[in-house]
Amino acid sequence: MRLRRKTFDWSTALVAACVLVAATVVYLRDGWDRFAAVFLGDVHIFVDILPKMAAGCLIGVFSTLLIPREMVARLVGAESGLIGLVIATVAGVIMPGGPVTVYPVAGAFLLAGADVGAALAFVTSWTLLGYARALVWELPFFGANFVLWRMAVAPAFPIIVGLLGRYAAKIMAARGVKI
Amino acid sequence: MMALVVGALLWVIVAALVAVAAVKGGGLVKTGLWEGFLDFLRLTPRVAIGVVGSGYVAAVLPPEVLGGLLGPNSGLLGTAIATLAGALTPGGPVVGFSIGVAALKSGAAPPQVIAYTTAWALFAIQRVASYEVVAMPAKVVWLRVICSIPVPFLAAFGAMLIGKP
Repeated sequence: MRLRRKTFDWSTALVAACVLVAATVVYLRDGWDRFAAVFLGDVHIFVDILPKMAAGCLIGVFSTLLIPREMVARLVGAESGLIGLVIATVAGVIMPGGPVTVYPVAGAFLLAGADVGAALAFVTSWTLLGYARALVWELPFFGANFVLWRMAVAPAFPIIVGLLGRYAAKIMAARGVKI
Repeated sequence: MMALVVGALLWVIVAALVAVAAVKGGGLVKTGLWEGFLDFLRLTPRVAIGVVGSGYVAAVLPPEVLGGLLGPNSGLLGTAIATLAGALTPGGPVVGFSIGVAALKSGAAPPQVIAYTTAWALFAIQRVASYEVVAMPAKVVWLRVICSIPVPFLAAFGAMLIGKP
């Protein structure tokens, strides 16, 4: 099930309020010409990204409809070792849905016996490489070059976090603390 | 050029997904197109406010302050400030990305902004508190947060190594 996005939210209201104040300051301080220049400069970017945003929304919805969550969970629970971390990373990339669906899946891995490293790699991968947020949010705001630049180095991070987590869990287990 | 390729690729993926949905049948295509359209309608005003509005926010922010704190010469301290700011940013993606774009427009260096968005993605307090802790054992969440501390720094460093594409 998808959780519907609300039509009004406080985050947007907060940003809108800041923008309103900033725009008023620009108008009063720098006059109409500067006000219009800022607007025209950014409106062009906005119009440019509209088709990408539409594609991003459709990809998000269709992949959620087509990729069963149970399949992702099975995929990650089955492997351990470095391969397990790589699979968890890939699963995080293809995992559809938002925080409402992703964290429970990671919790389910742990219950199903996947190691802590895999669960950490999965969550980290989803937050840094998950296509849903990148396509729908990051791409419109920052543009393709910036997103690709950030993502070029990111695939290593879920593995690093997974390895660190696994190592820390081992040390803690040796001291009698179970994670 | 890159943006054009990405744009085209996105629509190729959409076409492939719609084709798979059509093969599966059961009204999936209609449901998907309608829900996608609704998501787009909901998203458009948010992105409009964020993208167009960040220009005004950037115009009122004193560039020397942000440029000094997070600029190209801000180094490790700038990355640390960006990381902390990302972790402490309240609210959803509209807030996080609007701040990132505004910072970029008013003199922050891209690697520092990458550290900011990475930290926001990893640590954003609101998401960790309201979704993650609820669904996962608290010890695992803490372990994840602690193990992720180096990541924004590595992200900024890696971005500097690669250089802008």
